Amino acid sequence: MDYGHSERPAGATPLPTAIKILVAGGFGVGKTTMVGAVSETRPLRTEEVLTESGVGIDDLSGVESKTTTTVAMDFGRITISDDLVLYLFGTPGQDRFWFVWDELALGALGAVVLADTRRLADCFPSIDYFEGRGTPFVVAVNCFEGARQYRLDEVQAALNLDPGVPVLLCDARQRESSKEVLITLMEHAMKTREARRRAAAAE
Amino acid sequence: MTVQGESSEHQWVDDHAGPVVRPYAMTRGRARPVTGTFDLISLVTATRSDVTPEVGLGPEHLAIVGLCQRIQSVAEIAAHLDLPVGTIRVLLGDLAARSLVQVREPHTTAGLPDNSVFEAVINGLRAL
Repeated sequence: MDYGHSERPAGATPLPTAIKILVAGGFGVGKTTMVGAVSETRPLRTEEVLTESGVGIDDLSGVESKTTTTVAMDFGRITISDDLVLYLFGTPGQDRFWFVWDELALGALGAVVLADTRRLADCFPSIDYFEGRGTPFVVAVNCFEGARQYRLDEVQAALNLDPGVPVLLCDARQRESSKEVLITLMEHAMKTREARRRAAAAE
Repeated sequence: MTVQGESSEHQWVDDHAGPVVRPYAMTRGRARPVTGTFDLISLVTATRSDVTPEVGLGPEHLAIVGLCQRIQSVAEIAAHLDLPVGTIRVLLGDLAARSLVQVREPHTTAGLPDNSVFEAVINGLRAL
């Protein structure tokens, strides 16, 4: 970080590179909680205002005056080094905002799909989305108090996941636990990338 | 941007009434920046410590320059100024056209030369 420079000629300071990881899952599964648990500040909120052309799926009949929709995204920042800044974005929960997901997923290193075993189906759309896009992801089962504990292989089978996709338990409120999820994701993303490179080279 | 003071004639204006100045007005009706694309995680830094008001620059432009004394992403600028990302992109385009900000676009995953970014993230997370 630069402080105390009164003049900074353009181009003199190499800016760090930013990278991003997405945190997806159903409504109320703990996405913002996880973002906040590992970020250096409390989660920030940013909004995209979508105009008519972007909200084609919305049924606007009867509300002709409504021409815009606001999609909110919560995000946090982790400064890895002077050259590298990591942003964690919680994806908007509503399934109809796929085009916002497309913007978020572009260039993302990977994604965490948070799951709640009491409402496992809520994370299906996220899994479908990342599988379809080829974005490396892990499934983190957020352990809510009072929820019946399932074995990880049961969750894996219930979600019909590719055997290579890591599934792990977590507590999204805990920094250490959320860190572990992100580290697992990065290791998985690195392996996926290597495997794709090898496959491409073999062709 | 918001109404200051507690005088009775303004009391009916609360946050639920929406912004007093519409984001569209801040960009003078423009929906696209004059230059640049500005990804959510493009990093922005001001090239000067402050900017004097000049024609074509509004208070929001000056606020961005003030905020970007420390490196910020487009998403952070939008969150701190409480404005939609689309509005921030237009304002950043104005600033970039005048060389008042410097912008670093993010890597694409395909553009990563090797595993060093992943390794740096893993090590960085472990060290948190």
